[in-house]
Amino acid sequence: MSKEFELVVDRIKCDGRGLCAEILPERIHLDSWGYPIMTKGPIPDHLMGLAQRTVDDCPVLALTLRRVAAQKHRGR
Amino acid sequence: MSAPRLLAGPDPSRGSERRAEHVARLGPLPKGGHALVELLVHTGLTGRGGAGFPVGLKWRAVAASSHGSAVVIANGAEGEPHSRKDRLLMTSRPHLILDGAMLAAASVHAKQVVLYIGEDHRAALRSMSEALAERTDHERRLMRIVPAPARYVAGDSSATVHLVDAGIATPTTTPPSPRDRGVGGAATLVQNVETLAHVALIARTGTATGTVLITVAGSVNAPGVLEVNAGTPLGDAVQLAGGASEPARAVLLGGYFGQWVPAADAWTLPIDPQALHARGLSLGCGVIGLLPTSRCPVCEVAGIMRYLASESSAQCGPCFFGLRALADACTRIADRGTDPGDLQRLQRWSAEVYGRGACKHPDGAVMFLLSAMKTFGDDFAQHPAHLRRTA
Ligand SMILES: Cc1cc2nc3c(=O)[nH]c(=O)nc-3n(C[C@H](O)[C@H](O)[C@H](O)COP(=O)(O)O)c2cc1C
Ligand code: SF4
Ligand code: SF4
Repeated sequence: MSKEFELVVDRIKCDGRGLCAEILPERIHLDSWGYPIMTKGPIPDHLMGLAQRTVDDCPVLALTLRRVAAQKHRGR
Repeated sequence: MSAPRLLAGPDPSRGSERRAEHVARLGPLPKGGHALVELLVHTGLTGRGGAGFPVGLKWRAVAASSHGSAVVIANGAEGEPHSRKDRLLMTSRPHLILDGAMLAAASVHAKQVVLYIGEDHRAALRSMSEALAERTDHERRLMRIVPAPARYVAGDSSATVHLVDAGIATPTTTPPSPRDRGVGGAATLVQNVETLAHVALIARTGTATGTVLITVAGSVNAPGVLEVNAGTPLGDAVQLAGGASEPARAVLLGGYFGQWVPAADAWTLPIDPQALHARGLSLGCGVIGLLPTSRCPVCEVAGIMRYLASESSAQCGPCFFGLRALADACTRIADRGTDPGDLQRLQRWSAEVYGRGACKHPDGAVMFLLSAMKTFGDDFAQHPAHLRRTA
């Protein structure tokens, strides 16, 4: 079983204030309207702690860490 | 050239075919089940609601996770502005659709069937409810009609589930897809009404119907719905629709989520889902729209982008703000003339918006816009100010 994770944002929940991009700028940047764009691919081990923090700190709980191999998701 | 299968029998414009006539013409409802699912896989039937997904594979998946409690939704929302084919089918051949829905229910072991019909499609609603009243007690217990709001996104599969569950026809976040977790948490098969009508015939004959329903719209002499053999050249279909009423500039293939093709390249295209797919095109929901040389493509595209932006369900930031920004930039070019900055912004924002909604509404709108900018590149690059608005 793969232990690689990626960050998935629930587009309906996210209200785009960009806290996640402040916590993890290495993997998340904001689009022209302030909504997060996730870098594609698995999150490197040394950033997993910060990735978990974006999940915990997102004010509307829009973020999840998902096993890359477990479920395909569409888009970014 | 055209070989009616779905529309064989009495003149469709005369209205709803009664059950007795339907059964006399085609025979009783055959059995659904595993063998039918495999037959559908074998015939390669693909969905006719727009996405073109293989039907047999979807039925297999839903049957596997059904546990006897699946739900079937027959999608007759037909929210695509120029499409008429689902309405014509619901109005003239309701029992084909009900047969297809019952076959689906038997094949995926469903315990309820929802007939999801756009509330503005009055004749279709009447015809479908009259037809439902003619079915057996068992069938009437299983099937019910749910009117859907007349909004573009109400036809998205997750929106159909949301309306049935919570009375709100807006899309929801996927995954989970309705197929895995739909109405009341049960595996749910969402299938376009034309697709179900094809199934009703395939189950009887054991072979592919070999036809598709299309709506020919725009600058043709006799716009409307046609049933053509798959593979019919697009130009022949236009002739069947009375021919172009004035010289054509381009063809929009597949409705507002579709792609523009210059007229010179369009006439020989085969109207066939698989063949078009192989060329990077899509028949989508079957709308073939002719844009005449007398209309300005930039103004036309701006009008459609404003429509698609206004039809966002406003739940996801990139879709709501992004489509509005794209529509505004198109409108600026249409009204005030080309600004190279706006052209760059259209490209950059398109890339930012694509793939970033809960549903595929923004993806469809962006694909439409990108194909317009490719096909009408010179018009976008040199649009004059204050050209008359045609949209
Ligand atoms: C914004 C949006 C609107 C849609 N509207 C319709 C519709 O009006 N009718 C329809 O059959 N499918 C519509 N679809 C496609 C459905 O999500 C779904 O793919 C289809 O009903 C499945 O049936 P099929 O496989 O038989 O085509 C829409 C999809 C999107 C993203
Ligand atoms: S922190 Fe949460 S709500 Fe804020 S932008 Fe990131 S995902 Fe969206
Ligand atoms: S992507 Fe757009 S249309 Fe789809 S759910 Fe989000 S806001 Fe609504």
